[in-house]
Amino acid sequence: MTQADELRRLAADLRAEARPDLTFMEVCGTHTMSIARYGLRELLPDGMRLVSGPGCPVCVTAIADLDRVVALARLPEVTLATFGDLIRVPASRTTPAAERAAGADVRVVYSARDAVQIAADEPERQVVFAGIGFETTAPTIAASLLEARARGLTNFSVLSMHKTMPPPLKALLELGETPIGGFLLPGHVSVITGTACYEFLARDYGVAGVVAGFEPLDVMRALLRLVRQTRPAIEIEYGRAVRPEGNVVAQRLMEQVFAPSDADWRGLGVIPGSGLALRPEYADADAALRFPVELEPPLEPAGCRCGEVLRGVTDPADCALFGARCTPEDPVGACMVSSEGACAARYRYRGIDD
Amino acid sequence: MTDADRGAGGGRSGAATPSGGRILLGHGSGGKLYRDLVKDVFVKAFANPVLERLDDAAALAPEGRIAFTTDSHVVQPLRFAGGDIGRLSVAGTVNDLATAAARPLGLAAAFIIEEGFLLADLRELCASAAATAREAGVPIVTGDTKVVERGAADGLFITTTGVGEIVVAHELGAAAVRAGDAVILSGGIGEHAVAILAARGEFRFSADVRSDCAPLWGLVEAAVAAAREAGGSAAGPSAAGRPAAGRPAGAGQAAGGAEALHFLRDPTRGGLTTVLAELAEEAGLGIEIEEAAIPVSPAVRSVCDLLGYDPLTLANEGKMVLVVAPEAADAVVAAIQKTRYGRDARRIGCVSAAHPGRVALRTPFGTRRVLDMPVGELLPRIC
Repeated sequence: MTQADELRRLAADLRAEARPDLTFMEVCGTHTMSIARYGLRELLPDGMRLVSGPGCPVCVTAIADLDRVVALARLPEVTLATFGDLIRVPASRTTPAAERAAGADVRVVYSARDAVQIAADEPERQVVFAGIGFETTAPTIAASLLEARARGLTNFSVLSMHKTMPPPLKALLELGETPIGGFLLPGHVSVITGTACYEFLARDYGVAGVVAGFEPLDVMRALLRLVRQTRPAIEIEYGRAVRPEGNVVAQRLMEQVFAPSDADWRGLGVIPGSGLALRPEYADADAALRFPVELEPPLEPAGCRCGEVLRGVTDPADCALFGARCTPEDPVGACMVSSEGACAARYRYRGIDD
Repeated sequence: MTDADRGAGGGRSGAATPSGGRILLGHGSGGKLYRDLVKDVFVKAFANPVLERLDDAAALAPEGRIAFTTDSHVVQPLRFAGGDIGRLSVAGTVNDLATAAARPLGLAAAFIIEEGFLLADLRELCASAAATAREAGVPIVTGDTKVVERGAADGLFITTTGVGEIVVAHELGAAAVRAGDAVILSGGIGEHAVAILAARGEFRFSADVRSDCAPLWGLVEAAVAAAREAGGSAAGPSAAGRPAAGRPAGAGQAAGGAEALHFLRDPTRGGLTTVLAELAEEAGLGIEIEEAAIPVSPAVRSVCDLLGYDPLTLANEGKMVLVVAPEAADAVVAAIQKTRYGRDARRIGCVSAAHPGRVALRTPFGTRRVLDMPVGELLPRIC
């Protein structure tokens, strides 16, 4: 059987077995992309809705945090190293890309280790790594920080805006704005965390969750498993990469360097214990402490509904700015910038009849 | 001027010896050192009677309509698997001429060289440009050289300008495209971009991918001939109501079956997606593409999966997109497949009257989505 045949069979099973009006949330931005790129919405039963969750790292970064990134980039002694996704995201008044064009030293790197190497090669520069992302990226940042320390590099620091995935899911269920019948749980994050951290979804809220891979067949199989659950439980569809206990080595690394902290999420506000701050032992490498800057109050872009999109309350296409004032060429909100953003995915891969 | 003086006495290798084998600012001065550089490097590499006259302008003798184009090349690194800036600078301009169905008659090459650039490297890159020009059957007939201070350019920039003679009588372009036309792609995509990424070393991956950088006049010439023959023997939409038989099929004939060929464009920066999206918009027609029909090598696909790139948006330097009348499509594909750079050519879709201005991609799973132009820099994904 070809993959296309298998996909059609899964779609037929879904249509036959799904109750009407089910809403599932795909937590991870890579799921959002995969669903849009392969046009999977076309295959879903009538009435089944997939809403995007808070799993796009750039999208959930608070404007105030972006303002701090830009402020650090403007310091003459600072080289700001960042993943490419971040540089076009609008802060209150500017973007890192605009700052770079105006002369700030902003460099796109592909891993935090590249930033450590810049610090080694250019000892006269203060290299600040803008750390965003979830449990997937945090261990690699931790490893880079340890590497910089082992190499005696005192000019490397991290602005930690890292976040963890379970707390916002809890926050969403507490808010209760959208009836979520189940979660497509993030594949990459779960490779690190394992599944124990999601058990509360089924136990405390009666909501099912299936950890899904990113191929179209993974997504459809995971949806079918959600539909078939008779009692809410946490399952793994992405068994070729995810173990229930996760990656223990990476977890230890993360715990060695980071401690849970409160974090500000775009759309959700401050969620207690949802961030990862550098532990006091690593305070010397904390860019927020090393470079204290005065920030003006953050400005949310007028009319932008990224916050509601990130909570699954508003469909990207229902935002008045979508596709008109806000496009990937000229984005208003972060969800239209990041390649994993719900708005960008919906716009770029919209159906031919939309 | 002491360098120049010594250079003058140094005979054949005079330009190289006193400078330590490097380009000096004096090489751009217009004096003796400059003249030696031109003769020793460029005239030698591009050897042809027109260039050897060293006139400020070259005289060409075209017979038909003229195509005229220019392209600057600033690639880093200067060498990569499958090519270098020399080959690229010639192929790029030959291919731009080819998109107008123009046989290249002559190229001009302007070199902007950073002070300190190695003469040995310049010779090697010129030899590569010369070999590519020979392959394309076009002489480099004139040129210019400027040397800029260290730091003012990144090694070597080459601008090539080309003049070509258009071999079809009808207008090619989006306006000539009709609903029902076949869309043909000359081979696998993404190879140039991936070869450059690998050569830059930023991602620390090694990929068994060579740039497709190649001059495509031969391929286009074969397509024009096949379209002429196929269109001449079968009555296409352009010939509707007129007898197809008995029409002369030779080069330079007005009308003729070559009218089956409607559009040519090379998918360089922005990739296949950009060419198709622009065509749909300019023609005011829809395009249907079968994703499974687009050749993508396993190596290119792996790199794209790893870094989050879409092969359809990656740059190519040796591919052509052709739009032809449906009755000529098979013959054109077969003709291209017989050429050196077209072995993997195939029909990838068709033009339609539905959804004007939009390109629909049918995925291997049978679902459809819009193909949109990529935006800004290509960025890697982060999680």
